[in-house]
Amino acid sequence: MQAALDSLRQRVADAGYIADQALLTSLWLMHELDRPLLLEGDAGVGKTEVGKILAEIYERPLIRLQCYEGLDVNTAVYEWNYQRQLLAIRRQEILHEGGLSEEQLFSETYLLKRPLLQSISEAQPAVLLIDEVDRADEEFEAYLLEVLSDFQISIPELGTIKASSIPLVILTSNGTRELSDALRRRCLYHYIDYPDYDKELRIVLARAPGISANLAAQIVAFVQKLREQDLRKLPGVAETLDWAAALLKLDLKSLGDNPDAVVATLGCLLKTREDIDAMPAEVIHRLVAKAS
Amino acid sequence: MNPAPTELQPGPQLVAQLTGFSRFARARNFNVGIQESVDSQRLAASIDVTDRRQLQLGLKALMCSTPGDWERFDAMFDAYWKRDQPRHSTQASIGGKAPRQSALAQSSQHGSDALFDVPDADALDSAGASDGNLSDGGASAAESISSRDFDQLSNAAELRSMEELAERLAKRIRQRLLRRQRIARRGERIDMRSTARASLRYGGLPMSLSFRKRRKQTPKLVLLLDVSRSMSVYSYLFLRFARGILGAFKGSDAFAFHTRLVHIGETMREPSRRKLREKMAMISAGWDGGTRIDKSLEAFNRHYARNILGSRSIVIIVSDGYDTGEPAELSKQLQRIKRRSRRLIWLNPLLGRENYTPSTKCIMAALPLIDIFAPAHNLESLGALEQHLAGI
Repeated sequence: MQAALDSLRQRVADAGYIADQALLTSLWLMHELDRPLLLEGDAGVGKTEVGKILAEIYERPLIRLQCYEGLDVNTAVYEWNYQRQLLAIRRQEILHEGGLSEEQLFSETYLLKRPLLQSISEAQPAVLLIDEVDRADEEFEAYLLEVLSDFQISIPELGTIKASSIPLVILTSNGTRELSDALRRRCLYHYIDYPDYDKELRIVLARAPGISANLAAQIVAFVQKLREQDLRKLPGVAETLDWAAALLKLDLKSLGDNPDAVVATLGCLLKTREDIDAMPAEVIHRLVAKAS
Repeated sequence: MNPAPTELQPGPQLVAQLTGFSRFARARNFNVGIQESVDSQRLAASIDVTDRRQLQLGLKALMCSTPGDWERFDAMFDAYWKRDQPRHSTQASIGGKAPRQSALAQSSQHGSDALFDVPDADALDSAGASDGNLSDGGASAAESISSRDFDQLSNAAELRSMEELAERLAKRIRQRLLRRQRIARRGERIDMRSTARASLRYGGLPMSLSFRKRRKQTPKLVLLLDVSRSMSVYSYLFLRFARGILGAFKGSDAFAFHTRLVHIGETMREPSRRKLREKMAMISAGWDGGTRIDKSLEAFNRHYARNILGSRSIVIIVSDGYDTGEPAELSKQLQRIKRRSRRLIWLNPLLGRENYTPSTKCIMAALPLIDIFAPAHNLESLGALEQHLAGI
């Protein structure tokens, strides 16, 4: 098992994702126990990224289902291709070929596979990323639960479709709505917090090519300080990386060289007006001084 | 009853220890069922159990299901594996928290430690609702506690479990409301466009009709909670209920008032319990004093009503109506709220008592303006709120 974990760590690191021991254990465990993994945490801490990385290291297709309020079976699971069916009927009529039987009409030819159905009918097991599951309605959640426990989908016209392969399932949630106990229970759980200084530094060095160690350290120190402020939306790792990229474009060697550039690029980190108002230039200058 | 050795070894003893740990976790309100127990054995079989850290991380992923669980798992794990006699732990007591009258006062002094703690399982056990889950429906123990007067809870443990239930209740109300709407609206109007589209597959015969439904909408709730001294017995409970409401109903908001109004909606939405406790401690200074309902409502009308209230808003005031303010002023402010909102509900925790009749000047002034004046002295009466919210 230790060997499996080590190789997993290596592969995850090669893919450019810095994961701690706890997350690696969860990832290994979901593979081992065939259970979905529910990732929670604030926006921008790299939840969605985990799904992508997983697809990359296992070399499996990534199938992503973005949830939103009002998501229904027709967008998430399957839909009949009505136009095509209709055309087929007309074509048969015109060609006098005796029409289509019902079986022909409701066959896989006319079935549009949406992410959930697609993920269980791949020949090779896929990685299914169900993003922001908390945005979907309760009904959909219940449906999802059924799919995740049985890995089969029933289509009234066609019968039950059993999974040809069991996908690795990652669910992410921002906590906009409480998820049902049943769904939580079905899943392994991992909470991703904001990274500490060391981890974030490693992430920046891994993800921002060409950045100097000095600037990276300053950037991370600054962002860490910024997270201690009373902000409405704390900057996530994604924001840190955006900001690092922005500063690289500006050819900044050190934050202290040009504090005004820091203020000017703050839009990469702070995404609401309230937060920008709450951080006047003097405060930023002070944080820059502390960070560099 | 072997003392748990510091070094774990695979074998029958480990199986027993893991089973004990599952039970231990379940008793601490972790979502651990048979499947998790079985999986924990599978986990132990496939890892090197002498590496305790590995076991801890694996079990953590397996047994946690909320951020709150995540935060408290490590302490629980240590408590079980590091203690000498694992099994005696289930009898550990919550250690009677101070009497409830002073609970709020205490919390404002001690950083509201108790306020948003997940109740310890022992609390739930002693309250007779070991599942702590109202939506199970079958738990008769939960029912018995749901009809108990909030005022008659004899110990801290019962109070905690009641608070937990109150928070969950809010979620259930939303679910039942949605269910009700769905049934009621079945087939309101035929949607021609989609019916025509659906008929294509039958060669133009309208075999299946499509119906147009109104977009599913839940009411926006605005809670105004009285946190003055006369209400201090109930304050926690209603704050927990408010947290549940805010989580379940989009666009809802909450305020607390005593002699002045405090906006607590943003704070209460804080997902991390630890941060929530810190924030609540900051804003709850000075609670537990007198009441000025009229002044507080005036502040609400002036600063918030315009942005918050709308045609879908239901304003719920939770107060016992003991007020030193001016009745005429109160009725003026209530009128203003009423004009801006769909419905005005006043929940009074005293109303459920025998031999209580609303007689204070303040209540008398308010009564003609209130759409619904209802008791809120136990969970059943809180649950009955659903009826008042339906049909909006």
